[in-house]
Amino acid sequence: MKLIVNGDDKTFAEEKLSVAALLKLQSVEYADMVSVQLNEGFVRRPDYDATFLKEGDTVNFLYFMGGGR
Amino acid sequence: MRDFNEEELERYSRHILLQDVGIEGQEKICAAKVLVIGAGGLGSPIAYYLAAAGVGTIGIADGDVVDVSNLQRQIIHTTAEVGAPKVESAKRKMLAINPGVTVDTYRMMLDASNILEVVAPYDFVIDGTDNFAAKFLVNDACVLAGKPFSHGGILRFTGQTMTVRPRESACYACVFDRPPPAGVVPTCASAGVLGAVAGMLGAIQAAEALKFITGAGEPLYDALLSFDARTMDFRKTRLARAPGCRVCGDAGIVSLQDYEPAACDLKPAG
Ligand SMILES: [Zn+2]
Repeated sequence: MKLIVNGDDKTFAEEKLSVAALLKLQSVEYADMVSVQLNEGFVRRPDYDATFLKEGDTVNFLYFMGGGR
Repeated sequence: MRDFNEEELERYSRHILLQDVGIEGQEKICAAKVLVIGAGGLGSPIAYYLAAAGVGTIGIADGDVVDVSNLQRQIIHTTAEVGAPKVESAKRKMLAINPGVTVDTYRMMLDASNILEVVAPYDFVIDGTDNFAAKFLVNDACVLAGKPFSHGGILRFTGQTMTVRPRESACYACVFDRPPPAGVVPTCASAGVLGAVAGMLGAIQAAEALKFITGAGEPLYDALLSFDARTMDFRKTRLARAPGCRVCGDAGIVSLQDYEPAACDLKPAG
């Protein structure tokens, strides 16, 4: 399956891939530390396991950054 | 509109020379009121650039005093000022750069009970806070008050920023929904940050405020700009308002609530 992940074209051997599985494959260390943008919308944390990706989907992992002072 | 004197025409000449700013733009800058929340890593360069630019009224809010561990990145404070209130230390430098601006200080931590009153007089708000509870509170207050604002966050070598026009462009909660669970995540205090990264992001936020005031260019509406100083990769992610946004959506908030203190204030578990 081909996806665009954070702007890069990626090919995955898996035919069925949940958001949760993609987070693992992409070695996102803290799943709680990203907001997942799928195409135009956002997938919220409780839906990571039940949301499956389709060929050609655009996925962005947007990291929480809490610092500033 | 105001008449600039000789000194002001010279002082602001590099702005006035810009086609997209000009005399009219500088007049807008001199008439503008901008609130900076946090006089720290982001707030330092922001406060410097807003004062230097001649922003007529600059509010600066922070309840802390200068600590020696701040000086690696909070460049508006000096070693001699360790122990002094940050807002006073910042105000001194801002007026030293430009005695023509007015600096209003708020020596307090903003919370749900006082933030709406503080933001009310300002045209634009800049988030330079250091924890998720404060960042979401600033977002919520600006959405409720209809104040355009710049969000900013930094972590280690990375930074991110977006500019929000409430109920017209995506807000911070459209993207991040709510703070991550406390205690599980590295944030500024526990993870560290390269001092210059604060300067990079703060300068971008100051530029966004000046763009908003003058109407020059396109603010980062519906866009999240992120960068990683290790590779110097900059990326702009297009955003759209979330129809079901907890804060700015149709069934969004109608009053403010404080968030739980974020992980930055807690010892990381394990
Ligand atoms: Zn929103």
